[in-house]
This record gives sequence, structure tokens and C-alpha cells, in this order.
Amino acid sequence: MPKNQLKKKFRLGEVIAEKVVTIVAFFSLAMITLIFVFVFRETLPIFFSGNAEVSSVPVQIEQQETYGDEGIQEVAMQSKTSSHDNEGIASFDNLTGTTWQPVSGTPKFGIVPLVLGSFKVSLIAVLFAVPIAILAALFTSSFAPKWAKELMKPAIEILAGIPSVVIGFFALIVLASLIQNIFGYQYRLNAFVGGVALSFAVIPIIYSITEDAISRVPRSLTEASLALGASKWETALYVVLPAATPGIFAAVLLGIGRAFGETMIVLMATGNAAMLTASLFEPVRTMSATIGAEMAEVVFGETHYNVLFLIGSILFLFTFVLNAIAELFVRQRMMKKFQGI
Amino acid sequence: MIKKKILNASVSSATALSAFFILAIVAVVMGNIIIEGSSTVTWEFLTGKPTEGMTQGGIFPAIFGTFLLVVIMSIIGVPIGTITAIYLTEYANQHSPFARLIRFAVNTLAGVPAIVFGLFGLGFFIQFVGSSMDKALLPAGELRWGQPNILWASLTMAILTLPVVIVSVEEALKSVPRELREASLALGATKFETIWKIVLPNSLAGMLTGGILAVSRGAGEVAPILFTGAAYFLPKLPNSLSDQFMELGYHIYIMSTQSPDVEATRGIQYATTLVLLVLTFALNFSAIFLRYRVRKNMAH
Repeated sequence: MPKNQLKKKFRLGEVIAEKVVTIVAFFSLAMITLIFVFVFRETLPIFFSGNAEVSSVPVQIEQQETYGDEGIQEVAMQSKTSSHDNEGIASFDNLTGTTWQPVSGTPKFGIVPLVLGSFKVSLIAVLFAVPIAILAALFTSSFAPKWAKELMKPAIEILAGIPSVVIGFFALIVLASLIQNIFGYQYRLNAFVGGVALSFAVIPIIYSITEDAISRVPRSLTEASLALGASKWETALYVVLPAATPGIFAAVLLGIGRAFGETMIVLMATGNAAMLTASLFEPVRTMSATIGAEMAEVVFGETHYNVLFLIGSILFLFTFVLNAIAELFVRQRMMKKFQGI
Repeated sequence: MIKKKILNASVSSATALSAFFILAIVAVVMGNIIIEGSSTVTWEFLTGKPTEGMTQGGIFPAIFGTFLLVVIMSIIGVPIGTITAIYLTEYANQHSPFARLIRFAVNTLAGVPAIVFGLFGLGFFIQFVGSSMDKALLPAGELRWGQPNILWASLTMAILTLPVVIVSVEEALKSVPRELREASLALGATKFETIWKIVLPNSLAGMLTGGILAVSRGAGEVAPILFTGAAYFLPKLPNSLSDQFMELGYHIYIMSTQSPDVEATRGIQYATTLVLLVLTFALNFSAIFLRYRVRKNMAH
């Protein structure tokens, strides 16, 4: 067989294979672009249909949907007192208002309580998860006997593998009653319960990344510290932790991102009333839970529908920025730090 | 010296306590659901339909719907994820802008909140693709694809689980020793032949791991299907891609928050939760086992 022909035939197949593989690989990029485009596209009508249909519909307070049982009256009372002139449209004033009441004669799309609600629950979750996860990671890397290490690994994998709806269910049935019995407050489902439940989902993330960061700390550092006479805890606290700080920082950021975007746990455990309150033990409605609870019932193309997409866009942007910062931090700082040593 | 000892004891006990706390969370959550759920899980429960207005009977439609969801999802997601991983490890120049862009896209995709995938499924698949299909295929005004159904839910879930597949397959591909590839190439095989006949067969376990992990994730996520296809109750099993479906996770959510008598169906709720938990853990453990074998191969 002539050699040239053989070579040519094979190359054609190769080129096609490579092209096909490259095109399919393009899919992920296409999808993330489409997600950007289509989630934002549905929010556009809010900004481009500025004509206010001013009508004087009498204020009817319909019962707000809550997927917990409490806090309904409270919200209704609250919104009766505040008044807005824009009906049906999401003007800037309406959007930045403090009342979220999308289903009523005069719909109010104030997303402030939702944004603050998300921050509140995430903050509680992170305040719980960060110390526990970091200390536990330190335990496995510096103090734990071998059997404890062997036990922690599958435990974290199991915790990470529990579907969020299961954690939400557990929080709704068991945790809510348990915490209520301890503190004796009024509302069974509230920000605190949601935050604690959310921390169950955040702990595995922070733990894994922290442990990874700690294991990357060069052995020479810890050995030098021990050789100089520092004890185990001194080494852990003053050598290992500082050296692993960039990784831990990234872990915390990713944990916040996860807490912020998580839907099912907060939907089931926070009581879902859009109240503006500083109290930890009152119901709260987060951005993700609002989308999850209301999207199935809205009319496509209505203002309410578009506002829910706007909330989704905010969620998306926020987690996107957090993840980007976390990644930058891990890559660049870690590199710099350890290349110098 | 004494001060040091006290500090030492307190630091090490604080860390041990935290570790213990995590173990306790796992034990309590799992224990509670296993104990409360196991009494209701019977053969009839697994194979029966809900009856008496969802207060009695079984959850077979939800199990079937979950199964269908993850199967359609895998058919779409696993090949795409595998090929993307092949591109990233075998073809791409690691420093080329295109490869880095794709890696960035995969990382970003992994960080998008699940509920945003749901919004995307609604905005893109249902409102854009589905509505266009209806306009093109059906007489005016009729609605078939432009509404939530199992196809759109599965596609949404496939995109959500794509990074899981990509990362697992990549790890598997990297575990194939360089010598094998070089031997194959040296014997005159082309690049594609080497990938097809040497690299892929040697990383089969890893690809399987990726698929299983994706299925486990897909079976557990509820947020993306809340408004892209899941239904509270359906009298019939779905028999077309444009039908809605019942799903285990959604069933748990809806039964525990929105059924008329939440207390009366507590047993069903716990049992459904246990079924979902057993399903995801059976999947996860087989994935962990496979991954363990892959890593052992890598060490050789």
C-alpha cells in the first residue's frame, strides 16, 4: 500500500475526532453563557416598561403565601400600614421598598427584606459552620489519632452527601422543636433554625477545603516548629493555621456562597415570612426561598415573574463573584506563598 | 509551664469537640430518619400508589419519576461531560486561552446555585425552546412543550450535574499512566486510536464513578425541578417526554410543607426521606468504592 494514502486517511479521521471533541467541549461554555443571557433576559421588562398604569385599586390584603405556618398575620399587619402609589409595576422605589407582597391588589416588590433575610440566614450558618469546620479540620490534621482520622473522612462524605431536602426535612420536624424547647421563643420556624440547618450543608465544604489547605502546608514548616521546641498546639495555631490562611479564606467564601444559594433548607426551615426584624428568632424569607415558593404559581411574563428572575440574577451574580474571588485567592496567594519557601 | 499545659489541653479538646460535633450531627440526622422511617417502608409502600388523597398508600410513582429523571439526565449529561473531560486532559493545551475559558466555564457552572438552574430551565427550555417548538409543530394556541415536563427537568439537571461528571472523568483519565499512551503512540497508533483503545478502557471505572456521582446529585436536588416539571400528584405514570412527573425529593418537600394534614402523613414523609437517603447513599458508596480502586491503580 502506498504510504502517503495511508497517512492521509488516518489524519482525516483524527482531524474530525479532534474537531468533534472540541465542539462538544464548547458546550459547557455555551451553557454558562446561556444561563447568563436567559436569566437576565427575563428581568429586562422591569427596566424597559416604565409606563405606570396608575389606577386606584383599593388595598386588598390577600394572605401572603408562607410555607411554614407562622408569621402570616404579622406581615399582613405590617404591610397595611405602608403605602405605595405604584400599582403592578416594579418601579425602582417599589423594588427597593421594604415590603414584599407580590400577590395583592397593590403588589409590592420590595426585595430589601429578602436580601437582608438571605444575609441573615447565611451569616448565622457561617458563624456556626466556620469555627466547627476549621477546628475539626485542625483536629484531623494535627491532633487526631489514626482511628479518629479514619472516622472523620467517611463522616464528612456522608454529611456532604445528604440531599438538602433531607436536611430541610430534619430541620422542619426535629431541629425546630429541639431549638424551640431550648430557647422557648414564639415562632417554631425562624432564621436561627434555618441558619443552624444550613450550617450542616456548609460544614463539609469548609472542612474539606480547609483540610486540603492544611495538608498543603509544607512539612518542613511544621517540623521546624516542632524541632524548635514548640508544642503541638503552638505549631497548629501559630504555624499551620497562618500558613493555610488563604485556603481557609477561600473555604469560608465558598461556604458563604453555598449558604446564600441554598434553597430547600431555607424554604423548609425559616418560616418564610418577609419580615424586617433584627431578631434571630423570627421567621425570615430569603431570596432563594422566594423564588422556590412563588415561581410555580406566577403568570409567565407578569411583573412578579420578572422580579423573581431579578432576584435570581442577584443570587447568580453574588455567588459568581464569591467563587471568582475564592478561586483567585487559592491559586495566586497559595502559589506565591509557597514558591517563596 | 502549667499555663502552657492548660492551653494545650484546651486547644486540642476544642478541636476534638468540633470533630465530635460533626460526627454527632451525622449520627443524629441519619439515626432519626432511619429509626422513624424504617417502620413504614414496606414492599407495598415501595410499589404502591398514593391513595386516600395522599394520606395512605405508597410512593412508587415518585420512585419511578426519580428513576426516569436521572436516566434521561445521564443519557444527555454523561457523554457530553466525558467528551469535555477528554478534551481538557487529552487535546487541550493547558495554557491555551480556549482551554482555560472552558475550565473557567466548568468551575463557574459548578458554583451556580441550584435554584438559578431552575430559573434557566424555565426561561430557556420552557419559555424559549419549548414555546418555539409549540409554535412550529402544533396548531396555534396549543401547548405541549412550552410547559414544565420531564424532558426539560432532566435537561436542566443534566447541566447542573455536568461539572460532577467532568471532574470525575478528568481524574480517571489522569490516572492512566503516561507510559501506556507513549507505548501506544510509539507502536504507530494515532492519537484518537490511543484515546479510544488505551485511555478510555483504562479509565472506565472513573467514568462510571462520574456517572454515579452525577446520578446521586441529580436524585437529591429538588430546587431545579420545583418549576420545571415535578408535580404534586399524578394519577398516571409519565409515558411521554412532555408529561410531568412525581419525584422523591419533591414529594418530601410537598408532603411535609403543603399537604392538608401534615401531621397525619408524618410516617409517609419519613419513609420517603429514608428511601431517598438509601438511594443516594447506595450510589455514593459505590462511587467511593470505585474511586478508591481508581486511586489504587494510580499508585501502581
